[in-house]
Amino acid sequence: MPNVMIRRRDDGNLLFYVAKKDMEETIASVETDTADTWGGEVALTDGSRWYIDPISPPPSFPTTLRFKRAD
Amino acid sequence: MAKMTQEETQALIQEVLEVYPEKAKKDRAKHLAANDQSVEQSKKCITSNRKSQPGVMTVRGCAYAGSRGVVWGPVKDMVHISHGPVGCGQYSRAGRRNYYVGHTGVDTFGTMNFTSDFQEKDIVFGGDKKLDKLIDEINELFPLVKGISVQSECPIGLIGDDIEAVSKKKTKELEKPVVPVRCEGFRGVSQSLGHHIANDALRDWVLSNRDGDNSFESTPYDVAILGDYNIGGDAWSSRILLEEMGLRVVAMWSGDGTLPEMELTSKVKLNLVHCYRSINYITRHMEEKYGIPWMEYNLFGPTKIAESLRAIAARFDETIQANAEKVIAKYQAEYEAVVAKYKPRLEGKKVMLYVGGLRPRHIIGAYEDLGMEVVGTGYEFAHNDDYDRTMKEMGNATLLYDDVTGYELEEFVKRLKPDLIGSGIKEKYVFQKMGVPFRQMHSWDYSGPYHGYDGFAIFARDMDMTINNPCWNRMQAPWLQSSESSAAQQAAA
Ligand code: SF4
Repeated sequence: MPNVMIRRRDDGNLLFYVAKKDMEETIASVETDTADTWGGEVALTDGSRWYIDPISPPPSFPTTLRFKRAD
Repeated sequence: MAKMTQEETQALIQEVLEVYPEKAKKDRAKHLAANDQSVEQSKKCITSNRKSQPGVMTVRGCAYAGSRGVVWGPVKDMVHISHGPVGCGQYSRAGRRNYYVGHTGVDTFGTMNFTSDFQEKDIVFGGDKKLDKLIDEINELFPLVKGISVQSECPIGLIGDDIEAVSKKKTKELEKPVVPVRCEGFRGVSQSLGHHIANDALRDWVLSNRDGDNSFESTPYDVAILGDYNIGGDAWSSRILLEEMGLRVVAMWSGDGTLPEMELTSKVKLNLVHCYRSINYITRHMEEKYGIPWMEYNLFGPTKIAESLRAIAARFDETIQANAEKVIAKYQAEYEAVVAKYKPRLEGKKVMLYVGGLRPRHIIGAYEDLGMEVVGTGYEFAHNDDYDRTMKEMGNATLLYDDVTGYELEEFVKRLKPDLIGSGIKEKYVFQKMGVPFRQMHSWDYSGPYHGYDGFAIFARDMDMTINNPCWNRMQAPWLQSSESSAAQQAAA
Protein backbone atom coordinates (compact mmCIF):
# COMPACT_ATOMS: atom_id res chain seq x y z
CA MET A 1 0.00 0.00 0.00
CA PRO A 2 2.37 2.72 -1.07
CA ASN A 3 1.75 6.38 -0.51
CA VAL A 4 1.26 7.92 -3.89
CA MET A 5 1.38 11.58 -4.75
CA ILE A 6 -0.92 12.45 -7.62
CA ARG A 7 -0.26 15.70 -9.42
CA ARG A 8 -1.39 17.27 -12.63
CA ARG A 9 1.24 17.71 -15.28
CA ASP A 10 1.43 20.76 -17.53
CA ASP A 11 -0.21 18.84 -20.36
CA GLY A 12 -3.21 18.03 -18.13
CA ASN A 13 -2.36 14.37 -17.58
CA LEU A 14 -2.16 13.02 -14.06
CA LEU A 15 1.18 11.84 -12.74
CA PHE A 16 1.49 8.97 -10.30
CA TYR A 17 4.56 9.44 -8.11
CA VAL A 18 5.87 6.99 -5.53
CA ALA A 19 8.77 8.65 -3.71
CA LYS A 20 10.06 5.44 -2.15
CA LYS A 21 10.36 3.81 -5.56
CA ASP A 22 11.34 6.83 -7.67
CA MET A 23 8.44 5.94 -9.78
CA GLU A 24 6.93 8.72 -11.85
CA GLU A 25 4.34 7.41 -14.29
CA THR A 26 1.49 8.92 -16.25
CA ILE A 27 -2.00 7.72 -15.46
CA ALA A 28 -3.60 6.23 -18.56
CA SER A 29 -7.10 5.69 -17.23
CA VAL A 30 -9.16 5.94 -14.08
CA GLU A 31 -12.17 3.67 -13.59
CA THR A 32 -14.46 6.34 -12.16
CA ASP A 33 -13.73 9.93 -12.94
CA THR A 34 -16.93 11.91 -12.68
CA ALA A 35 -17.97 15.20 -11.19
CA ASP A 36 -18.66 13.61 -7.81
CA THR A 37 -16.41 10.53 -7.58
CA TRP A 38 -12.81 9.69 -8.39
CA GLY A 39 -11.06 6.37 -7.97
CA GLY A 40 -11.43 2.65 -8.52
CA GLU A 41 -8.91 0.94 -10.70
CA VAL A 42 -6.16 3.15 -12.09
CA ALA A 43 -4.08 2.02 -15.04
CA LEU A 44 -0.65 3.54 -15.70
CA THR A 45 1.14 3.90 -19.00
CA ASP A 46 3.73 1.33 -17.93
CA GLY A 47 0.94 -1.26 -17.83
CA SER A 48 0.71 -1.61 -14.05
CA ARG A 49 -2.67 -1.35 -12.35
CA TRP A 50 -3.52 0.07 -8.96
CA TYR A 51 -6.62 0.36 -6.88
CA ILE A 52 -8.11 2.92 -4.52
CA ASP A 53 -11.62 3.00 -3.04
CA PRO A 54 -13.54 5.67 -4.94
CA ILE A 55 -13.45 9.05 -3.22
CA SER A 56 -16.26 11.56 -3.28
CA PRO A 57 -16.17 14.42 -3.75
CA PRO A 58 -13.11 14.00 -6.00
CA PRO A 59 -9.87 15.11 -4.34
CA SER A 60 -8.09 18.20 -5.61
CA PHE A 61 -4.62 17.56 -6.94
CA PRO A 62 -1.80 17.44 -5.96
CA THR A 63 -2.54 15.17 -3.06
CA THR A 64 -1.13 12.06 -1.43
CA LEU A 65 -3.28 8.93 -1.42
CA ARG A 66 -2.78 5.30 -0.49
CA PHE A 67 -3.09 2.83 -3.33
CA LYS A 68 -3.15 -0.94 -3.50
CA ARG A 69 -1.76 -3.01 -6.31
CA ALA A 70 -4.64 -4.25 -8.41
CA ASP A 71 -2.91 -7.36 -9.77
CA MET B 1 35.74 8.69 -34.95
CA ALA B 2 32.43 8.30 -36.75
CA LYS B 3 29.18 8.14 -34.83
CA MET B 4 28.65 4.77 -33.21
CA THR B 5 25.68 2.56 -33.92
CA GLN B 6 23.56 0.95 -31.25
CA GLU B 7 25.32 -2.37 -31.87
CA GLU B 8 28.79 -0.88 -31.65
CA THR B 9 28.01 0.79 -28.33
CA GLN B 10 26.55 -2.44 -26.99
CA ALA B 11 29.63 -4.34 -28.16
CA LEU B 12 31.86 -1.80 -26.43
CA ILE B 13 29.98 -2.28 -23.17
CA GLN B 14 30.27 -6.06 -23.45
CA GLU B 15 33.98 -5.85 -24.15
CA VAL B 16 34.64 -3.64 -21.14
CA LEU B 17 32.61 -5.90 -18.88
CA GLU B 18 34.60 -8.95 -20.00
CA VAL B 19 37.14 -8.75 -17.16
CA TYR B 20 34.57 -8.96 -14.35
CA PRO B 21 33.60 -12.19 -12.61
CA GLU B 22 30.23 -13.54 -13.78
CA LYS B 23 28.12 -12.07 -10.97
CA ALA B 24 29.66 -8.63 -11.03
CA LYS B 25 29.39 -8.57 -14.79
CA LYS B 26 25.69 -9.32 -14.66
CA ASP B 27 25.13 -6.57 -12.13
CA ARG B 28 27.24 -3.92 -13.83
CA ALA B 29 25.67 -4.68 -17.23
CA LYS B 30 22.37 -3.31 -15.90
CA HIS B 31 23.98 0.05 -15.17
CA LEU B 32 25.43 0.60 -18.63
CA ALA B 33 23.41 1.32 -21.74
CA ALA B 34 23.42 2.64 -25.27
CA ASN B 35 20.97 5.51 -25.39
CA ASP B 36 17.81 4.95 -27.34
CA GLN B 37 15.62 8.04 -27.56
CA SER B 38 12.58 5.98 -28.47
CA VAL B 39 12.53 4.30 -25.05
CA GLU B 40 10.08 6.20 -22.85
CA GLN B 41 11.03 4.68 -19.53
CA SER B 42 14.65 4.56 -18.61
CA LYS B 43 14.15 1.68 -16.22
CA LYS B 44 13.75 -0.56 -19.27
CA CYS B 45 17.36 -0.07 -20.23
CA ILE B 46 19.31 1.27 -17.25
CA THR B 47 19.26 0.49 -13.54
CA SER B 48 20.15 3.17 -11.03
CA ASN B 49 20.16 4.00 -7.33
CA ARG B 50 21.43 0.58 -6.30
CA LYS B 51 24.17 -0.42 -3.90
CA SER B 52 27.61 -0.27 -5.51
CA GLN B 53 29.45 -3.56 -5.99
CA PRO B 54 31.97 -4.29 -3.27
CA GLY B 55 35.48 -4.20 -4.64
CA VAL B 56 34.96 -1.70 -7.44
CA MET B 57 36.00 1.94 -7.25
CA THR B 58 33.00 4.18 -6.91
CA VAL B 59 33.10 7.91 -6.32
CA ARG B 60 29.81 8.14 -4.49
CA GLY B 61 29.47 9.99 -1.20
CA CYS B 62 27.38 9.24 1.87
CA ALA B 63 24.03 10.50 3.15
CA TYR B 64 25.80 12.89 5.51
CA ALA B 65 27.57 14.42 2.51
CA GLY B 66 24.24 14.83 0.74
CA SER B 67 22.66 16.60 3.68
CA ARG B 68 25.50 18.51 5.36
CA GLY B 69 27.49 19.18 2.23
CA VAL B 70 24.84 19.75 -0.39
CA VAL B 71 21.47 20.84 0.93
CA TRP B 72 22.09 22.31 4.40
CA GLY B 73 25.70 23.42 4.13
CA PRO B 74 25.10 26.52 1.98
CA VAL B 75 22.45 27.95 4.34
CA LYS B 76 24.79 30.66 5.47
CA ASP B 77 23.24 32.14 8.59
CA MET B 78 22.90 28.81 10.36
CA VAL B 79 25.55 26.75 12.07
CA HIS B 80 25.59 23.16 10.89
CA ILE B 81 27.10 20.88 13.50
CA SER B 82 28.86 17.82 12.13
CA HIS B 83 27.74 15.69 15.02
CA GLY B 84 30.15 12.85 15.66
CA PRO B 85 33.90 12.44 15.12
CA VAL B 86 35.82 15.33 13.62
CA GLY B 87 36.86 13.87 10.26
CA CYS B 88 33.62 13.83 8.25
CA GLY B 89 33.26 17.58 8.54
CA GLN B 90 36.89 18.62 8.52
CA TYR B 91 37.86 16.73 5.37
CA SER B 92 34.91 18.16 3.46
CA ARG B 93 35.14 21.66 4.85
CA ALA B 94 34.48 24.46 2.35
CA GLY B 95 35.05 22.05 -0.51
CA ARG B 96 31.99 22.90 -2.55
CA ARG B 97 32.66 26.53 -3.27
CA ASN B 98 29.14 27.71 -2.46
CA TYR B 99 29.74 31.42 -2.55
CA TYR B 100 27.93 33.75 -0.18
CA VAL B 101 28.07 37.32 1.05
CA GLY B 102 28.45 38.12 4.72
CA HIS B 103 31.04 38.26 7.47
CA THR B 104 32.14 34.73 8.14
CA GLY B 105 32.19 34.05 11.86
CA VAL B 106 29.92 36.99 12.61
CA ASP B 107 26.65 36.68 10.73
CA THR B 108 27.48 33.88 8.29
CA PHE B 109 29.18 30.55 8.86
CA GLY B 110 29.43 28.88 5.44
CA THR B 111 33.09 27.93 5.31
CA MET B 112 33.49 27.13 9.00
CA ASN B 113 33.50 23.66 10.47
CA PHE B 114 31.58 22.97 13.68
CA THR B 115 31.83 19.52 15.16
CA SER B 116 31.09 17.77 18.44
CA ASP B 117 34.43 15.96 18.00
CA PHE B 118 33.36 12.63 19.48
CA GLN B 119 35.84 10.78 21.66
CA GLU B 120 35.64 7.23 22.96
CA LYS B 121 33.77 8.31 26.06
CA ASP B 122 31.05 9.95 23.97
CA ILE B 123 30.57 6.73 22.05
CA VAL B 124 30.38 4.74 25.27
CA PHE B 125 28.26 7.09 27.38
CA GLY B 126 26.36 8.91 24.63
CA GLY B 127 26.82 12.43 23.31
CA ASP B 128 23.53 14.14 24.07
CA LYS B 129 24.91 16.17 26.96
CA LYS B 130 27.84 17.25 24.88
CA LEU B 131 25.47 18.32 22.09
CA ASP B 132 23.41 20.35 24.54
CA LYS B 133 26.49 22.14 25.81
CA LEU B 134 27.88 22.66 22.35
CA ILE B 135 24.69 24.36 21.18
CA ASP B 136 24.85 26.77 24.11
CA GLU B 137 28.46 27.51 23.30
CA ILE B 138 27.66 28.24 19.67
CA ASN B 139 24.85 30.56 20.63
CA GLU B 140 27.08 32.40 23.06
CA LEU B 141 30.07 32.75 20.75
CA PHE B 142 28.00 33.55 17.65
CA PRO B 143 24.92 35.41 18.90
CA LEU B 144 23.84 36.33 15.36
CA VAL B 145 23.32 32.70 14.39
CA LYS B 146 19.74 32.28 13.14
CA GLY B 147 19.44 28.57 13.71
CA ILE B 148 21.41 25.39 14.18
CA SER B 149 21.22 22.07 12.39
CA VAL B 150 22.54 18.83 13.85
CA GLN B 151 23.96 16.72 11.04
CA SER B 152 24.38 13.17 12.27
CA GLU B 153 27.46 11.23 11.31
CA CYS B 154 27.51 7.45 11.36
CA PRO B 155 28.10 6.83 15.10
CA ILE B 156 25.03 8.82 16.18
CA GLY B 157 22.69 6.28 14.65
CA LEU B 158 24.74 3.39 15.94
CA ILE B 159 24.80 4.43 19.59
CA GLY B 160 21.18 5.57 19.56
CA ASP B 161 21.53 9.16 20.77
CA ASP B 162 18.28 11.10 20.97
CA ILE B 163 19.20 14.22 19.04
CA GLU B 164 15.52 15.00 18.47
CA ALA B 165 14.93 15.44 22.19
CA VAL B 166 17.97 17.67 22.58
CA SER B 167 16.94 19.73 19.55
CA LYS B 168 13.42 20.26 20.82
CA LYS B 169 14.70 21.35 24.19
CA LYS B 170 17.23 23.76 22.69
CA THR B 171 14.72 25.19 20.21
CA LYS B 172 12.62 26.26 23.20
CA GLU B 173 15.53 27.53 25.25
CA LEU B 174 17.21 29.54 22.52
CA GLU B 175 14.04 30.48 20.66
CA LYS B 176 15.85 29.61 17.46
CA PRO B 177 15.22 26.57 15.28
CA VAL B 178 17.51 23.67 16.18
CA VAL B 179 17.00 21.00 13.55
CA PRO B 180 17.99 17.37 14.02
CA VAL B 181 18.92 15.68 10.75
CA ARG B 182 19.19 11.91 10.71
CA CYS B 183 21.59 11.74 7.80
CA GLU B 184 23.99 9.12 9.14
CA GLY B 185 26.35 8.12 6.37
CA PHE B 186 25.30 4.50 6.29
CA ARG B 187 21.75 5.30 5.22
CA GLY B 188 20.97 4.56 1.59
CA VAL B 189 23.31 3.77 -1.26
CA SER B 190 24.72 7.23 -1.95
CA GLN B 191 24.45 10.90 -1.05
CA SER B 192 21.05 10.88 -2.70
CA LEU B 193 19.20 9.62 0.36
CA GLY B 194 20.94 12.39 2.30
CA HIS B 195 19.25 14.93 0.01
CA HIS B 196 15.91 13.31 0.73
CA ILE B 197 16.48 13.25 4.49
CA ALA B 198 17.58 16.89 4.39
CA ASN B 199 14.44 17.81 2.46
CA ASP B 200 12.30 15.99 5.00
CA ALA B 201 14.00 17.79 7.87
CA LEU B 202 13.37 21.13 6.16
CA ARG B 203 9.76 20.14 5.70
CA ASP B 204 9.29 19.14 9.33
CA TRP B 205 11.34 21.81 11.10
CA VAL B 206 11.60 24.89 8.88
CA LEU B 207 9.04 25.25 6.15
CA SER B 208 5.95 25.77 8.28
CA ASN B 209 7.58 28.12 10.81
CA ARG B 210 5.75 31.14 9.42
CA ASP B 211 2.42 29.55 8.63
CA GLY B 212 -0.30 31.90 9.78
CA ASP B 213 2.07 34.87 9.83
CA ASN B 214 0.95 37.15 7.01
CA SER B 215 3.23 40.07 7.73
CA PHE B 216 5.30 39.26 4.64
CA GLU B 217 4.04 41.37 1.74
CA SER B 218 3.96 39.16 -1.29
CA THR B 219 3.64 40.18 -4.93
CA PRO B 220 2.23 38.24 -7.89
CA TYR B 221 5.78 37.88 -9.18
CA ASP B 222 7.38 36.09 -6.24
CA VAL B 223 9.46 33.07 -7.12
CA ALA B 224 12.02 30.91 -5.36
CA ILE B 225 15.14 29.35 -6.84
CA LEU B 226 15.54 25.80 -5.63
CA GLY B 227 18.42 23.42 -6.14
CA ASP B 228 21.01 26.06 -7.02
CA TYR B 229 23.93 25.89 -4.61
CA ASN B 230 25.72 28.95 -5.95
CA ILE B 231 28.86 27.07 -6.95
CA GLY B 232 31.26 29.77 -8.05
CA GLY B 233 28.34 32.22 -8.02
CA ASP B 234 25.89 30.27 -10.20
CA ALA B 235 22.79 31.38 -8.35
CA TRP B 236 23.76 35.01 -8.69
CA SER B 237 24.17 34.85 -12.46
CA SER B 238 20.78 33.11 -12.62
CA ARG B 239 19.03 35.44 -10.27
CA ILE B 240 19.85 38.60 -12.21
CA LEU B 241 18.15 37.20 -15.30
CA LEU B 242 14.97 36.45 -13.37
CA GLU B 243 15.06 39.87 -11.77
CA GLU B 244 15.58 41.59 -15.09
CA MET B 245 12.46 39.80 -16.26
CA GLY B 246 10.54 41.50 -13.46
CA LEU B 247 10.27 38.55 -11.09
CA ARG B 248 11.10 38.85 -7.43
CA VAL B 249 13.38 36.14 -6.09
CA VAL B 250 12.26 35.62 -2.52
CA ALA B 251 14.48 32.70 -1.63
CA MET B 252 17.48 30.79 -2.86
CA TRP B 253 17.74 27.15 -1.79
CA SER B 254 20.28 26.98 -0.67
CA GLY B 255 23.23 28.74 -2.32
CA ASP B 256 23.78 32.07 -0.53
CA GLY B 257 20.55 31.17 1.27
CA THR B 258 19.28 32.09 4.69
CA LEU B 259 16.89 30.55 7.16
CA PRO B 260 14.31 33.38 6.95
CA GLU B 261 14.29 33.05 3.15
CA MET B 262 13.55 29.37 3.44
CA GLU B 263 10.76 30.02 5.91
CA LEU B 264 9.20 32.49 3.48
CA THR B 265 9.26 30.11 0.54
CA SER B 266 5.77 28.91 1.34
CA LYS B 267 4.53 32.37 0.28
CA VAL B 268 5.88 32.38 -3.29
CA LYS B 269 3.87 31.89 -6.47
CA LEU B 270 6.19 29.54 -8.33
CA ASN B 271 9.10 27.33 -7.40
CA LEU B 272 11.90 27.13 -9.94
CA VAL B 273 13.89 23.92 -9.70
CA HIS B 274 17.40 23.69 -11.07
CA CYS B 275 18.77 20.55 -9.46
CA TYR B 276 15.77 18.27 -9.50
CA ARG B 277 17.51 15.38 -7.79
CA SER B 278 18.41 17.11 -4.56
CA ILE B 279 15.37 19.27 -3.97
CA ASN B 280 12.32 17.82 -5.74
CA TYR B 281 10.98 16.29 -2.53
CA ILE B 282 10.32 19.62 -0.87
CA THR B 283 8.85 21.20 -3.99
CA ARG B 284 6.41 18.33 -4.30
CA HIS B 285 5.50 18.85 -0.68
CA MET B 286 4.99 22.60 -1.16
CA GLU B 287 2.80 21.92 -4.16
CA GLU B 288 0.61 19.64 -2.10
CA LYS B 289 0.49 21.70 1.05
CA TYR B 290 0.56 25.28 -0.23
CA GLY B 291 -0.53 24.80 -3.84
CA ILE B 292 2.72 26.27 -5.18
CA PRO B 293 3.42 24.90 -8.66
CA TRP B 294 6.98 24.06 -9.60
CA MET B 295 8.89 23.69 -12.81
CA GLU B 296 12.35 22.60 -13.84
CA TYR B 297 14.57 24.94 -15.79
CA ASN B 298 18.07 24.98 -17.22
CA LEU B 299 20.37 27.98 -17.46
CA PHE B 300 23.37 26.40 -19.21
CA GLY B 301 24.04 27.85 -22.66
CA PRO B 302 22.01 30.41 -24.63
CA THR B 303 19.67 27.90 -26.28
CA LYS B 304 18.50 26.42 -23.00
CA ILE B 305 18.47 29.78 -21.26
CA ALA B 306 16.13 31.26 -23.87
CA GLU B 307 13.92 28.17 -23.70
CA SER B 308 13.81 28.30 -19.91
CA LEU B 309 13.22 32.04 -19.59
CA ARG B 310 10.32 31.77 -22.04
CA ALA B 311 8.88 28.78 -20.22
CA ILE B 312 9.12 30.59 -16.89
CA ALA B 313 7.57 33.75 -18.36
CA ALA B 314 4.70 31.71 -19.77
CA ARG B 315 3.60 31.12 -16.17
CA PHE B 316 3.10 34.85 -15.71
CA ASP B 317 1.39 37.72 -17.53
CA GLU B 318 2.25 39.44 -20.79
CA THR B 319 4.53 42.05 -19.22
CA ILE B 320 6.80 39.32 -17.92
CA GLN B 321 6.65 37.53 -21.25
CA ALA B 322 7.64 40.70 -23.07
CA ASN B 323 10.41 41.25 -20.52
CA ALA B 324 11.76 37.77 -21.12
CA GLU B 325 12.11 38.59 -24.81
CA LYS B 326 13.83 41.84 -23.89
CA VAL B 327 16.30 40.04 -21.63
CA ILE B 328 17.12 37.52 -24.33
CA ALA B 329 17.55 40.30 -26.88
CA LYS B 330 19.69 42.31 -24.49
CA TYR B 331 22.25 39.56 -24.15
CA GLN B 332 22.07 38.39 -27.75
CA ALA B 333 25.06 40.33 -29.04
CA GLU B 334 27.07 39.18 -26.03
CA TYR B 335 26.45 35.46 -26.39
CA GLU B 336 26.70 35.54 -30.16
CA ALA B 337 30.15 37.03 -29.79
CA VAL B 338 31.09 34.21 -27.41
CA VAL B 339 29.86 31.60 -29.87
CA ALA B 340 31.62 33.35 -32.77
CA LYS B 341 34.89 33.41 -30.87
CA TYR B 342 34.94 29.90 -29.43
CA LYS B 343 32.88 27.75 -31.77
CA PRO B 344 35.56 27.64 -34.48
CA ARG B 345 38.05 26.46 -31.85
CA LEU B 346 35.77 23.86 -30.30
CA GLU B 347 33.55 22.66 -33.14
CA GLY B 348 33.28 18.90 -33.43
CA LYS B 349 35.05 18.15 -30.15
CA LYS B 350 33.67 15.23 -28.20
CA VAL B 351 32.92 15.33 -24.49
CA MET B 352 32.29 12.67 -21.87
CA LEU B 353 30.63 13.67 -18.61
CA TYR B 354 30.34 11.92 -15.29
CA VAL B 355 28.93 14.14 -12.59
CA GLY B 356 26.18 14.38 -9.99
CA GLY B 357 22.65 15.64 -9.74
CA LEU B 358 21.71 17.67 -12.82
CA ARG B 359 24.80 18.44 -14.81
CA PRO B 360 25.11 15.22 -16.82
CA ARG B 361 21.99 16.33 -18.68
CA HIS B 362 21.77 20.08 -18.13
CA ILE B 363 25.16 21.01 -19.58
CA ILE B 364 24.65 19.13 -22.84
CA GLY B 365 22.93 22.17 -24.40
CA ALA B 366 25.83 24.48 -23.54
CA TYR B 367 28.30 22.17 -25.25
CA GLU B 368 26.03 21.94 -28.27
CA ASP B 369 25.88 25.71 -28.48
CA LEU B 370 29.65 25.60 -28.94
CA GLY B 371 29.38 22.94 -31.63
CA MET B 372 30.58 20.19 -29.34
CA GLU B 373 29.02 16.81 -28.85
CA VAL B 374 28.46 14.83 -25.67
CA VAL B 375 29.20 11.18 -26.48
CA GLY B 376 28.80 9.69 -23.02
CA THR B 377 27.19 10.77 -19.80
CA GLY B 378 26.37 9.34 -16.41
CA TYR B 379 25.46 10.09 -12.83
CA GLU B 380 26.93 9.07 -9.51
CA PHE B 381 23.63 8.85 -7.70
CA ALA B 382 20.73 9.42 -10.11
CA HIS B 383 17.39 7.66 -9.99
CA ASN B 384 15.13 6.47 -12.79
CA ASP B 385 13.44 9.84 -13.14
CA ASP B 386 16.81 11.46 -13.89
CA TYR B 387 17.58 9.01 -16.66
CA ASP B 388 14.07 9.49 -18.07
CA ARG B 389 14.99 13.13 -18.49
CA THR B 390 18.50 12.43 -19.76
CA MET B 391 17.61 10.06 -22.55
CA LYS B 392 15.74 12.81 -24.38
CA GLU B 393 18.79 15.10 -24.28
CA MET B 394 21.39 12.60 -25.47
CA GLY B 395 21.92 11.43 -29.04
CA ASN B 396 21.03 7.92 -30.08
CA ALA B 397 23.59 5.19 -29.36
CA THR B 398 25.59 7.46 -27.04
CA LEU B 399 26.85 5.83 -23.90
CA LEU B 400 25.05 6.03 -20.55
CA TYR B 401 26.78 4.83 -17.41
CA ASP B 402 25.37 4.78 -13.91
CA ASP B 403 27.65 4.78 -10.84
CA VAL B 404 30.46 3.97 -13.24
CA THR B 405 33.53 2.28 -11.76
CA GLY B 406 37.03 3.67 -12.08
CA TYR B 407 38.00 0.85 -14.40
CA GLU B 408 34.96 1.18 -16.67
CA LEU B 409 35.32 4.93 -17.09
CA GLU B 410 38.99 4.56 -17.99
CA GLU B 411 38.22 1.87 -20.54
CA PHE B 412 35.38 3.87 -22.09
CA VAL B 413 37.67 6.86 -22.41
CA LYS B 414 40.34 4.75 -24.09
CA ARG B 415 37.84 3.49 -26.66
CA LEU B 416 35.74 6.60 -27.26
CA LYS B 417 38.75 8.94 -27.21
CA PRO B 418 36.87 12.08 -26.17
CA ASP B 419 38.55 15.48 -26.52
CA LEU B 420 37.40 16.49 -23.05
CA ILE B 421 36.21 14.81 -19.90
CA GLY B 422 34.07 16.61 -17.36
CA SER B 423 33.99 14.95 -13.96
CA GLY B 424 35.31 15.39 -10.43
CA ILE B 425 38.53 15.71 -8.48
CA LYS B 426 38.84 11.95 -8.03
CA GLU B 427 38.94 11.43 -11.77
CA LYS B 428 40.91 14.50 -12.71
CA TYR B 429 44.51 13.40 -12.32
CA VAL B 430 43.93 9.92 -13.71
CA PHE B 431 42.78 11.36 -17.00
CA GLN B 432 45.19 14.24 -17.14
CA LYS B 433 48.02 11.75 -16.76
CA MET B 434 46.51 9.77 -19.61
CA GLY B 435 46.83 12.95 -21.66
CA VAL B 436 43.14 13.76 -21.93
CA PRO B 437 41.98 17.34 -21.29
CA PHE B 438 39.87 17.44 -18.18
CA ARG B 439 37.57 19.88 -16.39
CA GLN B 440 36.13 19.39 -12.94
CA MET B 441 32.41 19.82 -13.38
CA HIS B 442 31.43 19.74 -9.70
CA SER B 443 33.49 22.72 -8.60
CA TRP B 444 33.91 24.26 -12.09
CA ASP B 445 37.61 23.65 -11.54
CA TYR B 446 37.78 26.66 -9.22
CA SER B 447 36.21 28.86 -11.90
CA GLY B 448 32.59 29.79 -12.58
CA PRO B 449 29.84 30.77 -12.54
CA TYR B 450 28.60 28.74 -15.50
CA HIS B 451 24.89 29.53 -15.19
CA GLY B 452 23.21 32.27 -17.19
CA TYR B 453 24.61 34.40 -20.00
CA ASP B 454 27.51 35.68 -17.90
CA GLY B 455 28.34 32.12 -16.97
CA PHE B 456 28.26 30.93 -20.55
CA ALA B 457 31.10 33.25 -21.53
CA ILE B 458 33.23 31.85 -18.70
CA PHE B 459 32.23 28.30 -19.56
CA ALA B 460 33.26 28.73 -23.21
CA ARG B 461 36.58 30.30 -22.27
CA ASP B 462 37.35 27.53 -19.76
CA MET B 463 36.56 24.75 -22.22
CA ASP B 464 38.74 26.40 -24.86
CA MET B 465 41.71 26.94 -22.58
CA THR B 466 41.51 23.34 -21.42
CA ILE B 467 41.07 21.61 -24.77
CA ASN B 468 43.36 23.85 -26.79
CA ASN B 469 46.04 24.11 -24.15
CA PRO B 470 49.48 23.58 -25.76
CA CYS B 471 50.48 21.23 -22.93
CA TRP B 472 48.59 18.37 -24.54
CA ASN B 473 51.17 18.22 -27.37
CA ARG B 474 53.90 17.79 -24.84
CA MET B 475 52.82 14.51 -23.35
CA GLN B 476 55.88 12.69 -24.71
CA ALA B 477 59.38 13.22 -23.39
CA PRO B 478 61.45 15.12 -25.99
CA TRP B 479 64.04 12.31 -26.38
CA LEU B 480 61.27 9.83 -27.20
CA GLN B 481 59.81 11.95 -29.97
CA SER B 482 60.33 11.41 -33.66
CA SER B 483 61.75 14.39 -35.55
CA GLU B 484 58.49 15.27 -37.39
CA SER B 485 56.40 15.42 -34.27
CA SER B 486 58.81 17.75 -32.55
CA ALA B 487 58.91 19.95 -35.64
CA ALA B 488 55.13 20.06 -35.63
CA GLN B 489 55.22 20.99 -32.01
CA GLN B 490 57.63 23.79 -32.52
CA ALA B 491 55.37 25.15 -35.24
CA ALA B 492 52.36 24.92 -32.94
CA ALA B 493 54.06 26.61 -30.02
S1 SF4 C 1 30.05 7.50 5.86
FE1 SF4 C 1 29.79 8.06 8.03
S2 SF4 C 1 31.87 8.25 8.83
FE2 SF4 C 1 32.02 8.36 6.58
S3 SF4 C 1 31.94 10.57 6.07
FE3 SF4 C 1 29.85 9.76 5.97
S4 SF4 C 1 29.00 10.17 8.02
FE4 SF4 C 1 31.24 10.32 8.20
